[in-house]
Amino acid sequence: MTNKMIFAGFGGQGVLLMGFLTALTAMRQGKNVTYLPAYGAEVRGGTANCTVVISDEEIASPVASNPDFVVVMNNPSLVRFANMIAPGGTLLINSSLVHGEIKRDDVTVVPVPLNELAHELGEDRSANVIMVGALAQATGVLTIEALKEALAETGLGKKPKVLELNRRALEVGAKSARQALAKEKSA
Amino acid sequence: MGEAAVRAGCRYYFGYPITPQNEVPEYMSGRLLQVGGTFVQAESELASINMVIGAAMAGARVMTSSSSPGVSLMQEGISYLAGLELPAVIANVVRGGPGLGNIAPAQSDYFQATRGGGHGDYRTIVLAPASCQELCDLTVKAFDLADKYRNPVMIMGDGMMGQMMEPVEFPEAIDLADLPAKDWTLTGAKGRPSRVILSLLLNPKVLEDHNFKLVRKYDAVTREETDWEEYMLEDARQVVVAYGTAARIAKGAIKRVREMGLKVGLLRPKTLWPFPDKPLKDLTRVVRQLLVFEMSAGQMVEDVRLAVEGQAQVHLYGRPGGVIPTPDEVAHQISHYYYQAGLMDKDQQSGRLGGAA
Repeated sequence: MTNKMIFAGFGGQGVLLMGFLTALTAMRQGKNVTYLPAYGAEVRGGTANCTVVISDEEIASPVASNPDFVVVMNNPSLVRFANMIAPGGTLLINSSLVHGEIKRDDVTVVPVPLNELAHELGEDRSANVIMVGALAQATGVLTIEALKEALAETGLGKKPKVLELNRRALEVGAKSARQALAKEKSA
Repeated sequence: MGEAAVRAGCRYYFGYPITPQNEVPEYMSGRLLQVGGTFVQAESELASINMVIGAAMAGARVMTSSSSPGVSLMQEGISYLAGLELPAVIANVVRGGPGLGNIAPAQSDYFQATRGGGHGDYRTIVLAPASCQELCDLTVKAFDLADKYRNPVMIMGDGMMGQMMEPVEFPEAIDLADLPAKDWTLTGAKGRPSRVILSLLLNPKVLEDHNFKLVRKYDAVTREETDWEEYMLEDARQVVVAYGTAARIAKGAIKRVREMGLKVGLLRPKTLWPFPDKPLKDLTRVVRQLLVFEMSAGQMVEDVRLAVEGQAQVHLYGRPGGVIPTPDEVAHQISHYYYQAGLMDKDQQSGRLGGAA
């Protein structure tokens, strides 16, 4: 089983950290992983994206032509990556910021109102971690428990207070994805 | 790469910052202090490589790293290292060129690395890792080869290797005391006859002898150290030749075309010099279609053509400028040449014949 995913958004949204947390968690689960950041003169407000591959086998290419999952944090990323998703794949969007039309009917779309959820949680900066929680819930590629464990190894969990906040952020994301999927099913 | 170097006994690093390899000096600046080593951010690439020459002359395991424009500046020093027969490791995390180019991953320094970008009759051993684990393993190997042959060794990565993260298992750190003693180093002649290391040999006959001595050394390296990986070659009718990052993408493409029934394999040089001529030539006994895929306008393709001596058709898919093609794009090229050569028809034919028998 091989899963390829792309995380994309503005520089400053924690896009690379989302990918790093996902890859690290999968590695701790004994999977083969690659984490490939698109780098450039990356600045706050510029574009940022990264590709993560998680597999039970040796990973051939760390580059994804047709990712199974795409996380889109802003409108430009939707335009750039929505068409690349493999049929049957999952598209997670930050519905607080992304309003473009999604022209695919062969992928599952999971809207997550990140900015509002993060604000409710009391920390606007937790939006990216909420999204990772939603990704785990929507795709089943990782468990929330495993992510919680791995948090402590990143900058997201050095202080106990921050660690606790980010653990809650993962759960908020998971809950939001559950609700979104239930809605899509009933629709 | 940094940690692997330290575990291989590297205690001296001299460099000058350049994207996309700044993680190496950043890491070394802290790590070398912990093991009693020396890190110097030099005032330029010229200074860096000359500091490398000095440390190598004194017998230390020493390295520098840079990216394409910076490595161009070091070429004079690399020629001197080769002439002086000094061991050193130089890592080139290649970016798009020529000139300042860009900071995206490329393989366009192949000629510079394998031909020796400096002056004079010399060779550098060039290693081409294709994963983070191999980057670690080949860094250790680079120090061993440099000492064994008293020759500069270049690790040729690219911006993608420089930025990608993968799990790595590190080897045990070696004990510096276990390394073989060097009987040629300049460490002060107190109590022993003095030694001389120089590359200025004015007498043409003496310099010719020195050159032939180097040639014998390069022959030994070619015999002993040529290294490559074979992937799905057993039944291959077409073989892709690619190294480093390009080989990773090619593997993804080969998996894809195999699902479509195309019999395609990969030969991946792990040493770019010495180049795996012989396995390529041997391949041509059964394979007549080669596709060279590299992230340049076409450099390694010349070595492949030399190796097969006209016994196979050699096609090129070259993407210069820092573009990373997707596995799909490479798969498209593979199938294009596969059908063009009529290999699919032959498969079907032999299938029919097999059925009749």
